[in-house]
Amino acid sequence: MRRYSAFAIAREAMRHHSGWDRAWRSPAPKARYDAIIVGAGGHGLATAYYLGKNHGIRNVAVIEKGWLGGGNTGRNTTIIRSNYLQDPSAAIYEKARSLYETLSQDLNYNIMFSPRGVMMLAQTEHEIRGYQRTAHANALQGVATEYISPRRVKELCPIINIDGPRYPVLGALWQPRGGTARHDAVAWGYARACSDMGMDIIQQTEVTGVRREGGRVVGVDTTRGTIACDKLGIVVAGHSGVMAERAGFRLPIESVALQALVSEPIKPVMDVVVMANTVHGYMSQSDKGEMVIGGGADGYNNYTQRGSFHHVEETVRALVETFPMISRLKMLRWWGGIVDMTGDRSPIISKTPVDGVFVNCGWGTGGFKAIPGSGWAMAELMAKGQSPLADAFSLDRFREGRFIDESVAAGVAH
Amino acid sequence: MLTLTCPYCGIAACETELAPGGEAHLKRFGPGSSDDDFEGYLFLRPNVKGVHFERWRHAMGCGKWFLAARCTATLEVFGTYSAQTPEPTAEIIAAIRAKRPDWSLT
Ligand SMILES: Cc1cc2nc3c(=O)[nH]c(=O)nc-3n(C[C@H](O)[C@H](O)[C@H](O)COP(=O)(O)OP(=O)(O)OC[C@H]3O[C@@H](n4cnc5c(N)ncnc54)[C@H](O)[C@@H]3O)c2cc1C
Ligand SMILES: [Zn+2]
Repeated sequence: MRRYSAFAIAREAMRHHSGWDRAWRSPAPKARYDAIIVGAGGHGLATAYYLGKNHGIRNVAVIEKGWLGGGNTGRNTTIIRSNYLQDPSAAIYEKARSLYETLSQDLNYNIMFSPRGVMMLAQTEHEIRGYQRTAHANALQGVATEYISPRRVKELCPIINIDGPRYPVLGALWQPRGGTARHDAVAWGYARACSDMGMDIIQQTEVTGVRREGGRVVGVDTTRGTIACDKLGIVVAGHSGVMAERAGFRLPIESVALQALVSEPIKPVMDVVVMANTVHGYMSQSDKGEMVIGGGADGYNNYTQRGSFHHVEETVRALVETFPMISRLKMLRWWGGIVDMTGDRSPIISKTPVDGVFVNCGWGTGGFKAIPGSGWAMAELMAKGQSPLADAFSLDRFREGRFIDESVAAGVAH
Repeated sequence: MLTLTCPYCGIAACETELAPGGEAHLKRFGPGSSDDDFEGYLFLRPNVKGVHFERWRHAMGCGKWFLAARCTATLEVFGTYSAQTPEPTAEIIAAIRAKRPDWSLT
């Protein structure tokens, strides 16, 4: 692989950009792999990457039914933070956030990580107590966050209206090293690095069945024939229930639609991410100048990747009250993704009832921020059968009542 | 926008008037049942992409719970029916079959 660098740009500028390689190969599937990952979203690609980089397992295929990064990874609002309440969450989300800090260098691909700071507004007495508690928990976990005053909120984000009539801003939980990254670039960067290690990324190919012998996985059926494998990682987000069914088990997951929208681009007006959980909306400004807006998830099972209009109305109403200056912006694009929700709003990274089959799912409305840490943990689990970061997120926590309750930390979908 | 007809008051209600209540026809397992049954009842869901039986409440209307059969892949509604039935009724199964001849209740 030719490395990307300032020198490479200069060189290519001199010769009409004729020397750029394809970022990844598109090979035909081999008959057998040591490990197959189903789903080329961020989590699947990161799993493959760390299998190769950390554990030397490189005879790996990532099989994707659509195009890589075309699922939730390419549909999210790119908020990265690690200010969760419970210790296992703080551990894996902070691992991910810290890997994001150097991911561009690690992958030799500019993922545009921008630690511009994330603030979660407290707009009720209950939220004040909740966020102060989270700030204390984060201090003990070694995650740098702080509870800040309304005045500081206004300093950090001048366009905010802190004394709205219904829900004035009473304070905020502030994570200065949270922020955003370019979502497509995360998928593309991992894909390029995987391909460079000799892994096969097979797009436009659906995994339609899981072959088992004596309770152990031996391969998968796909729309391009049967492929043998020793280990299988199912990393398909919204389609986890469908894939689990094909592997012969059920998951504690339900799939619902989550939507987002962006405005026309305007000059820079805010350089932080603001989340308002009580009124249910959040907003940041992309490098192109678009205001990136997200809200709540639908409450019913849905696989259509479409939003519903009344949710947009609800979200926009909340944000216009919080940021009055956006009231005349035109909205440019609007889309939905199918998110995989667990009862405790925490993910699953686990072995399954089928030997050799592992699942990584349940990231629901908030897994973009977790991609590097999740891939790291999933790769370790698949390679060694055990991973300290993943332990608490095993499937049997539901059976055993060991929930990792993050329904408060993830009060709004993000 | 999703529209379901409340089987009690007959109103065609849009989703803002309704509250979703998750999968219908769950078989309840209580104290004394096996861990497997209890886990299945509380947490494990088929989460189908296709015909789905589910609970809804006419929250902003008559307030009553009812059941609906709906396709999660297309949002097509096959019908709604009374919540006082432990399994899908013959009529709703016929309504689904009329539109999905290959479908069968598993
Ligand atoms: C509108 C929206 C906003 C969001 N905002 C944020 C945010 O601000 N911050 C944040 O941290 N998270 C956010 N999220 C959540 C985040 O996007 C997801 O948690 C994350 O992207 C999941 O990544 P993934 O790799 O697990 O899944 P995906 O990117 O969905 O990848 C799964 C892939 O599996 C493929 N697949 C499925 N079935 C099969 C099969 N049978 N065979 C082959 N391939 C298959 C799919 O085509 C898909 O490409 C948001 C999500 C949405 C929808
Ligand atoms: Zn009614």
